[in-house]
Amino acid sequence: MVLSVVQTAEEISSSAISSVFASRYVQDPMPRYRMPENTIPKEVAYQIIHDELQLDGNPRLNLASFVTTWMEPECDKLMIESMNKNYVDMDEYPITTELQNRCVNIIANLLNAPLASNKQAIGVGTVGSSEAIMLAGLAFKKKWQNKRKAEGKPFDKPNIVTGANVQVCWEKFARYFEVELKEVKLSEGYYVMDPKKAVEMVDENTICVAAILGSTLTGEFEDVKLLNDLLAEKNKRTGWDTPIHVDAASGGFVAPFIYPELEWDFRLPLVKSINVSGHKYGLVYAGIGWVIWRSNEDLPEELVFHINYLGTDQPTFTLNFSKGSSQIVAQYYQFLRMGFEGYKRVIRNCMENAKLLVDGLKQTGRFDIISKERGLPLVAFGFKDTNKSLAFELSKALRHHGWIVPAYTMPANVEHMAVLRVVVREDLGRQLVEKLVSHINGALLELDETTDAVPKISFTVEVKSSDEDQHHESRHDHEGSLHLPTTSIHWKQDKHDRIQKKVHISGGKTNGVC
Amino acid sequence: MVHSFFLSVTKPPSSFSLPLASLIPSLPSSKMVLSKTASTSDVSIHSTFASRYVCSSLPRFKMPENSIPKEAAYQIINDELMLDGNPRLNLASFVTTWMEPECDKLMMEAINKNYVDMDEYPVTTELQNRCVNMIAHLFNAPLGESEAAVGVGTVGSSEAIMLAGLAFKRKWQNRRKAEGKPYEKPNIVTGANVQVCWEKFANYFEVELKEVKLREGYYVMDPVKAVEMVDENTICVAAILGSTLNGEFEDVKLLNDLLIEKNKQTGWDTPIHVDAASGGFIAPFLYPELEWDFRLPLVKSINVSGHKYGLVYAGIGWVIWRSKEDLPEELIFHINYLGADQPTFTLNFSKGSSQVIAQYYQLIRLGFEGYQNIMENCRGNALVLKEGLEKTGRFNIVSKDEGVPLVAFSLKDNSCYNEFKISEMLRRFGWIVPAYTMPADAQHIAVLRVVIREDFSCTLAERLVLDITKVLHELDTLPATLSTKVLNASEEKKVKNGTVVKKTEIETQREITDFWKKYVMQRKTNVC
Repeated sequence: MVLSVVQTAEEISSSAISSVFASRYVQDPMPRYRMPENTIPKEVAYQIIHDELQLDGNPRLNLASFVTTWMEPECDKLMIESMNKNYVDMDEYPITTELQNRCVNIIANLLNAPLASNKQAIGVGTVGSSEAIMLAGLAFKKKWQNKRKAEGKPFDKPNIVTGANVQVCWEKFARYFEVELKEVKLSEGYYVMDPKKAVEMVDENTICVAAILGSTLTGEFEDVKLLNDLLAEKNKRTGWDTPIHVDAASGGFVAPFIYPELEWDFRLPLVKSINVSGHKYGLVYAGIGWVIWRSNEDLPEELVFHINYLGTDQPTFTLNFSKGSSQIVAQYYQFLRMGFEGYKRVIRNCMENAKLLVDGLKQTGRFDIISKERGLPLVAFGFKDTNKSLAFELSKALRHHGWIVPAYTMPANVEHMAVLRVVVREDLGRQLVEKLVSHINGALLELDETTDAVPKISFTVEVKSSDEDQHHESRHDHEGSLHLPTTSIHWKQDKHDRIQKKVHISGGKTNGVC
Repeated sequence: MVHSFFLSVTKPPSSFSLPLASLIPSLPSSKMVLSKTASTSDVSIHSTFASRYVCSSLPRFKMPENSIPKEAAYQIINDELMLDGNPRLNLASFVTTWMEPECDKLMMEAINKNYVDMDEYPVTTELQNRCVNMIAHLFNAPLGESEAAVGVGTVGSSEAIMLAGLAFKRKWQNRRKAEGKPYEKPNIVTGANVQVCWEKFANYFEVELKEVKLREGYYVMDPVKAVEMVDENTICVAAILGSTLNGEFEDVKLLNDLLIEKNKQTGWDTPIHVDAASGGFIAPFLYPELEWDFRLPLVKSINVSGHKYGLVYAGIGWVIWRSKEDLPEELIFHINYLGADQPTFTLNFSKGSSQVIAQYYQLIRLGFEGYQNIMENCRGNALVLKEGLEKTGRFNIVSKDEGVPLVAFSLKDNSCYNEFKISEMLRRFGWIVPAYTMPADAQHIAVLRVVIREDFSCTLAERLVLDITKVLHELDTLPATLSTKVLNASEEKKVKNGTVVKKTEIETQREITDFWKKYVMQRKTNVC
C-alpha cells in the first residue's frame, strides 16, 4: 500500500490505460517476417490487424465470386459457438457428426439418389468442391484400376475427359494424382463441353467423363442427358463401362429448385457421383462442399478409413482431417430454416435480379450478353467493340466505386474474347443492381472520354549552325546583332499507351474463378 | 419475421385482401393494418418454445418443404448441439478450444472472405505470407536477408503432409526418370506411431508405407532401424516431433547423421520430413538447443499444425520447405494477383480466411515471449498432474518429461479393471480422457492420455487428479463387473466349440482384455 509500484517509462506507455492509438505500438515498426520478441496487448493486436484488413476488398461487393458472403445473424452465432469443435472428433461430438450425415442425406435426396427407404446415402462433407472433386476422381481411378487389374490389362495410363471450361481443380487433380486430362475444346458461341466430341474422346483408359452443371464462365448447363445417352450407346458397343461425374459446384443448388424437370442428376443411370459446393448457392460461408455417390459400389472400399465411434462404425473418406465444424452446422441451419420453399425463392430472386441487370446492360447498347438466360444467375458480357482492353478498363473503373467485377479472357480457341462476369448472389438486391447499372453507365462515359486522351507530342530540337553561318564574317565580331542559327524541329505524335491488367489465372488458364 | 431478409415476399399472404392495404404498398407489412391475423398467424410473436416447431418432428433426411423462423432454427440446432461433449473439457485432443474474444471478433469479421480470392483480398494473402515467413524463421530455415520463405497455409496437418509427400514423390520420380531407372514403387519410412493421415497419403497417392515397429518401453521410431529400412525407392523418412501417443520427440539429429552416412555409402539422396504437428510450436520455445529443424541439412520440409500449439481453432496447418529446389515447379499453380505472381500449392481451393488471420493475431500478439510463457505454463501444469497421479501410486507414467506437454499413463495393476473403464467413468464427471492401445508390437499396453492445452489450468489439473482418485476408489469397492457384450462373446465361442468348458477367472479376464484390445485396435491412430 505504501510502496507505489515503480514503472519504467516504457511500461507506462504500454499500459492498458492508454488508448490504442496513444500507445507506442501504432508507432513502432512491426517485424513482418519474424515473430516479434515481446507480447503486445490484445486490444492493440486486434486494432492493428483489423485496420490493415480494411484495405481488402469488401466481400459483399465482390461480384467475382459465387461464394456466399452474407448469412443471418442467428447462423453467425451458431458458427462462432461451434468454431472450437473439431469436426473429426466424432467420438466426442456425436451430434455434429449426426448433422453432417443428415446434410448428406438431404442433398442425396435432392439430387434424386436411388435410396431404398431407411438406407443411408453415401457422401461426405468436404472443405470445398476441390476436395470433393479429388475424392470423386480418386474413387473413379481406383475403381478403373481394380477393373483393369481384374482383366489383366495395363492400368498405368488413366485419363479423364472434360470440357476446356472446367475449374482449375480438375487440372490439379490430374497433375497430383497422375491422370491425363483430355479437354474438349470450345468454339465461339458455344462455351460448354460438346457431348458428342466428348464421347468421341473416350477410350478404354477413360476413368470418367466430367460434365459441368453451371459452367464457371457463362453459367450455362451442359447437356448431361445427351452425354448420358451417347455414352450409354458407346458403352454398349465397346463393352467399356465409362461413368459420368457431374461437377455441380455452382448449379447443384440451382437446378433442383427452378428447373426440376431438367434431368442431370442420379436420374441418369451413368451418373455415379456428383459434387456440389455448399458455400455457393448452398448459402453457407466459404469452406464447405459435398460429394455424393450413387451407391456403395461406386466408392471402392479400400479408400475408406473406418473410425469406430460410440460403438457404431463411422466410415470416413477425406483428404483433410482436423477442421472446424462451423460450416457443417451452418449448412444444416440453412436446410432447416429455408426448406425447399426458401431456397426456391432465393434462387428465383437471384434470377430476377440477373434479368434486371441484363436489361440494364442491353440498354447501353455496348455489350453482347454471353451468358444464357437458362442457367446460373450470372451475367457474362463482353464489349461489341473488339478491343480487348476495354473490358479490363471497365473492370478497373468499377473498382473505383468499390465494385469488384473481374474481366477474363476466355479459354483456348476463343481466347480473343474478354468478358466481364457478375455473379448474382442472394445478397445482391434490386437496389444494388440498379446502382451497378448506373455506375457502369458512368464508367462507360469516362472510358469514352479517356479514349480521346491528350496526345503526347515529343519534340527534338536540334541546334546546328547552317552552312551560311559558317561562312559568315560577323562570327568573330564582338559587337552587333545576334544571329540565331537555323533550328530544325522534329516532332512526332506518340500513340498513348493503354494500361491493362490481365488476369492470367493458373498458367494462362482462365478458370481459376470460383 | 418468417422470411429472411432476402426472401422478399413477392406474393401477399392470402389473408391480404383489403383494398386499403393494396393501395398503400409502401407500408412495411400488412400486419400493421390487420392486427387480428398477425396475432394468430405470425409466429414471430410467440416465444420459440411456444411455437409448433419444437413439437413437430422435422424431416431429418429430406429437406423440409417450408421455411421456419430463424429464431426457431437457431434454437433447435443450438439445443441439439448441447448434447455434444464440451470442447473445453475434451482432454483427448491437441486442438485449441479457447481463444481471446478479440481474436474471435477478427475471425467472425473474416468468415465471409474467401481465402483464395487473392486478387480481391490482397491483405489476407499478405498476412498468410507473413505467417509462413515467421514460422520458417522459427524453424531456422536458411533464408537470405530479403529472401521469402517457401511454404503454404493448409486446412490442417493432413493437407500439409500430403503436399509435402507429393513434393518428395515428384522429386524422386523426376530423379529416377533422369537416371533411366524404374519409378513405379515409391515407399516412405516412418515409425508405427504415425498419425492416420500418413496411411491416407500412402493409400491415395500410391506410395508404400514401411513402418518401423515399436517395442515395449520405446514408443517412437528407432532411427537405426529406420535407416536400415531405407532403400533406393524411399522418397523420404518421416520423423515425428511429438509422438501422438506419448508426446516424445524422436531423435531427428541421430536420424540425420545416420542417413547422411548411408547416403554417402550408397549415393542415394534420401531426405527427411519432420512431422512437427504438435511439437513444432513446443520445441523452439522450451528446447531451443534441440536440433530437429532446418539446422539439420537433410530436413527438407516440416509441417506444423497451427491449430495445436499454434493456439488457433481447428482448421489451420502449415508446411514449410527448406528452399525452392525442394518443391518441384510442376506442382505449383501460378495465380497472377495485382500484377504480382502468387504461386499456390494446395489441395483445397475456396475456404474461409478466419484461421489465417487468427494465426497472424496470435503470432504478433504473443510474440516469442508469449508463446514461451504459455508453453512453460503447460509444462508446469503437466508436472502438477503427473505428480498427482504418481502420488496415487497406481499408475505408470508412460510419457517423458521432455516432449509435448501431455501425460500418458497406464495402470500398474489392470487385473480388476482397465484403463478403458477409468476413461468411461471419468466421462460422468464431464472429462473426456481417451484410452488407447499402443500400435503393433507394443499393443498389449493401454494408456490414458491427457493433453495439456493452454486453457487447462493448474486448478483443473488438481481437480482431475481428485476425480481420478474418486473413480479409482469407486472401482476398488465395486466387484469386477463384466460387460454383457463380452459375456455374450465368450458364451458364443463356447457353443461353437461344442464343449462347455468352465473357465477359470483368469481365462475370462484374458478374454475380456482381448475383446477390448480388438475393439480399440481400429481406432489406434485416429487421435489428433
